Amino acid sequence: MEIPYTVEAHPETGLNNGKIGIWLFLTSEVMLFGALFATFIMLRIGSDGNWAAMQAEAELNIPLATLNTAVLIASSLTMVMAWASLMRGQLGRFKLFGWMTVGCGGIFLVIKYFEYTAKFEHHHYPESSTFLAIYFAMTGLHALHVIGGMAWNAYFTGPGSKVFHTNRQWLTDRVEHSGLFWHFVDLVWIFLFPVFYLL
Amino acid sequence: MSEHVDIDKQVRVYFLVFGALMVGTAATVGAYYLDVSVPVALTIGLFIASVKASLVACFFMHLIDEKRIIYWTLALTVAFFIALMALPLLTSVTDQVGEFAEVEAHEPH
Repeated sequence: MEIPYTVEAHPETGLNNGKIGIWLFLTSEVMLFGALFATFIMLRIGSDGNWAAMQAEAELNIPLATLNTAVLIASSLTMVMAWASLMRGQLGRFKLFGWMTVGCGGIFLVIKYFEYTAKFEHHHYPESSTFLAIYFAMTGLHALHVIGGMAWNAYFTGPGSKVFHTNRQWLTDRVEHSGLFWHFVDLVWIFLFPVFYLL
Repeated sequence: MSEHVDIDKQVRVYFLVFGALMVGTAATVGAYYLDVSVPVALTIGLFIASVKASLVACFFMHLIDEKRIIYWTLALTVAFFIALMALPLLTSVTDQVGEFAEVEAHEPH
């Protein structure tokens, strides 16, 4: 049985199933991270003025986090360039930008690894303070999303790209959908960075 | 996004947005070193983050040219998100009002 509206738009919505699906998934992700941001606000308000002290004690590395922000923003650019390359019918350039996106995700995680290990060396664990608990919870969940996005992009850039020769529009749409997820991950970091490191 | 797009024009916009996001990141870090009170720093930091997030959503996620059903879905999500953010803030306000009422009740008239 053929699944309808995988490429062509549904007459009711004007969109294919994949596009509707990814946006519904992203709305659930907004609520997931929203719940954690609400928790963050609650903890900060309830800290009786000790938040700044806990934040200072955690010794977060601002230069490394700034570098990570730049890496994620660059990966968002390479992601849209990968999609634009497919729209132009350039498979080679798509693969180049696709792997650059995956590579940027890898660099982000390596930097995060160095940040986390520095914390553990100073015996800063989630149970050490309320600040570190919510810091590890939110940045850890974000890192899991980066890993998921990398796997998704790696599949379409690698084995999944064979579809280019048989159903180019299908591949272009799927890359746009994986891009939507990747940009969302970038968008979450845009708020995590100032909230934990700077404010 | 709509099917008929000028990719070359889009790519130019992507690079402009990328530049704006980098400038925004530098501005966020720069604001950290300003000698201002916590509420002012929070306002500046979250304002810059919101502008950056809007740029990503509008141009990288193509929301500037999307179908109506997506806008309605996101509008509903935003309403729930605002309610979610308001809950801890309302709790704080309720606590402070409660504390104020307690102090008032114990003060000699």
